[in-house]
Amino acid sequence: MTPEELHDVGQKHREQDAKTPHHVRVCMAAGCMSQKSDEIKKTLEKAIKEKGASDPCKVKCVGCMGLCSAGPLVRVDTEGQDSVMYQNVTVDDSSEIVQSISDGKPVERLVCDTNVPFFAKQQKIVLENVGEIDPDSLEDYISVGGYSALGKALAEMSPAEVRSEVEASGLRGRGGAGFPTGLKWGMMARNESETKYIICNADEGDPGAFMDRAVLESDPHRILEGMALAAYATGANHGYVYIRAEYPLAIKRLKNAIRLAARAGLLGHHISGTRFSFQIEIRLGAGAFVCGEETALIASIEGKRGQPKPRPPFPAQSGLWGKPTCINNVETLANIAPIVNKGGAWFASIGTEKSKGTKVFALAGKINNTGLIEVPMGITLREIVFDIGGGIPDGLSFKAVQTGGPSGGCLPDRHLDMAVDYDNLRDAGSIMGSGGMIIMDEESNMVDVARFFMEFCMSESCGKCIPCRVGTYQMHNLLDRIAEGQGTHEDLALLEELCITVACTSLCGLGQTAPNPVLSTLRYFRNEYLDLIGEQHIPAFVGQEASQ
Amino acid sequence: MSTQPHIITLTIDGRELSATVDDSILTIARQHKIDIPTLCFLEGLSTWGACRLCLVEIEGTPKLLSACTTKCVENMVVKTDTERLKQHRKMIIELLFAERNHICSVCVSNGACELQSLAQECGVDHVSVPYRYPSLQLDSSHDLFRLDNNRCILCTRCVRVCDEIEGAHTWDVAGRGIDAHVLTDLNTLWGDSESCTSCGKCVQVCPTGALVQKGTAVAEMHKQREFLPYLTKMRRNHP
Ligand SMILES: Cc1cc2nc3c(=O)[nH]c(=O)nc-3n(C[C@H](O)[C@H](O)[C@H](O)COP(=O)(O)O)c2cc1C
Ligand code: SF4
Ligand code: FES
Repeated sequence: MTPEELHDVGQKHREQDAKTPHHVRVCMAAGCMSQKSDEIKKTLEKAIKEKGASDPCKVKCVGCMGLCSAGPLVRVDTEGQDSVMYQNVTVDDSSEIVQSISDGKPVERLVCDTNVPFFAKQQKIVLENVGEIDPDSLEDYISVGGYSALGKALAEMSPAEVRSEVEASGLRGRGGAGFPTGLKWGMMARNESETKYIICNADEGDPGAFMDRAVLESDPHRILEGMALAAYATGANHGYVYIRAEYPLAIKRLKNAIRLAARAGLLGHHISGTRFSFQIEIRLGAGAFVCGEETALIASIEGKRGQPKPRPPFPAQSGLWGKPTCINNVETLANIAPIVNKGGAWFASIGTEKSKGTKVFALAGKINNTGLIEVPMGITLREIVFDIGGGIPDGLSFKAVQTGGPSGGCLPDRHLDMAVDYDNLRDAGSIMGSGGMIIMDEESNMVDVARFFMEFCMSESCGKCIPCRVGTYQMHNLLDRIAEGQGTHEDLALLEELCITVACTSLCGLGQTAPNPVLSTLRYFRNEYLDLIGEQHIPAFVGQEASQ
Repeated sequence: MSTQPHIITLTIDGRELSATVDDSILTIARQHKIDIPTLCFLEGLSTWGACRLCLVEIEGTPKLLSACTTKCVENMVVKTDTERLKQHRKMIIELLFAERNHICSVCVSNGACELQSLAQECGVDHVSVPYRYPSLQLDSSHDLFRLDNNRCILCTRCVRVCDEIEGAHTWDVAGRGIDAHVLTDLNTLWGDSESCTSCGKCVQVCPTGALVQKGTAVAEMHKQREFLPYLTKMRRNHP
């Protein structure tokens, strides 16, 4: 499709939509689906048919609306009026909701107040279409400006110009490490090769994280457009989405999106009648955490055992099948289309000095509002936990917030007023990570938290390198002893020594960051370790002679 | 198409040395008798980068990098034996000793074991981490050779030599993390393996007493590795 054709399709679709004064949006992302939102959609449609409502009314399947803890969520949008959001909707509420549309009076008992910080304090770029459009409709995506960035880039911009916008935006990779995306693309572009690959990393293996899943389930075309832009900017011609097999709904919608985009000429040969060709294939991962690491991911796509390799060489030099390969996270790619459309300077105006744009977090743990949020970089942890998250339930007090999953750390209340960005989090002993955020209350035991994450790393270690394979096992054992009240001061000293060796010598990021939860809890909650050790008089572990 | 290799200079432990950009730090260090401990590396096989004993410090790089896999770069400044590196190497060797049952006094490779001599070189006189004492399988089903998982350190030299030199790919690694282990074919007994050619290369490259010739008594198993560089050189000359 040319930019003009895109415009026409969008225009027509918007006009069509405007003929329907009422839209009922039902969340059909995994969270609400698990509570039968698909059946709610059916009964709503049936109720509308039976009522024969005076005004035309359309039920629309959309992606995640964010407040998953109050799901299933349904939103009624009426032209010229404020939208009404309903929470905890059941199949039995359908006819009442439909009746309320013709009455013009909302169903009070189901109303979810959207004038609260949870919604008001968010700023949406990545999630702007999420919960708005039907993920299975290409026209819906186009009608909100979808594929216009790709059209614009192909028609008006050189690859170098696209790269320089991304560089100017200051966007950093959202997959964990925070590497500047513009720099990565520059490295890719400089490496000449007939074949180059773009890989979208949708492995999302952090326990409790579901940011990428929500984007893929709710706005799949956004990722395809981001990948096509990345390919154009770096000279790549082939793309893979590496997605974990545990995300069947996301895979289904992604497949459908690829089919629709290819049929419309937005993927494939000679896109928009230009010389640029780019195709995308899906590869399923079997759900090993380490396969999210880029070299292991590449090995997995190549059909080998999912094990990392030492870098350098970096994938941008020698990646998939030895060709230059650029790997980007789902959320990173979701930021590309708006950056190309609105310019790097616009993006760079949001956030802090070194961390630009917004970040999507999955709020979980001991917090009133769990769900998906998108906030500008630089927001404080306090705003996230107490305003957006609504504070700690059951009148308990806040103890710590864990970011970065098994590679991250726990921060205590004295860091609540810290502005959230890559560097502040790292300096405080945690990391941004991919966006999991777990809140802990006063009843949480921090040694247990450290043990939980170490157990995760131990069982996800691929076993290739010694420090991670044996080190995580030994650290977990020591944590276990300490948590069970059998640890000694010698155990603690050995634990700290192991943390340093495993962090410094492991081959890949899994081992290198595995000690972080231990190190950060030792830094801020050392007393809890010492309390558990107490006055242990179990004989100290004495060194064993090496059997030589 | 013999283009002149690009010659660069780098500094290793204060010595200025020349290299090509295709040389690894380890190759150049060894050429100049600078000793960097290695375990998974074996000349003639692909590099694996897994034992982490060859880690070196490189100025301007916060991470420690493995000398066997990292190529030389112009003006690189490398340190191979700082106190920090020595401590880490010791701990890694201790972790290895504690992982499985390395009881040297009853091992056929006693006195000719790379793990043992590395421990001596690196000054490992005791093991400070608790021993795991796992119970692991012994596979004596092959007519000539024996696999003792208790002594395997998962360097994967056997896997690589079998795949890259013999072309049989009998060996592979299964399981992950602490449960990783080598196996033959699709987890058959070695003696029942259909792909094994009984060439014995795996036995010769194994650094410990994990793969041995049958019929050897304690401290009798001495391995011949000289064939490997010879083979690879011959193959390079006659592609
Ligand atoms: C053990 C491990 C697991 C990882 N898992 C993921 C993942 O699930 N998703 C992801 O996008 N990046 C993951 N990463 C980071 C990737 O290696 C890589 O840095 C990232 O995909 C690059 O994309 P970005 O620059 O857009 O962030 C993981 C890294 C490690 C070390
Ligand atoms: S650090 Fe862990 S996951 Fe990474 S290569 Fe080593 S053993 Fe495998
Ligand atoms: S010899 Fe380099 S990592 Fe093993």
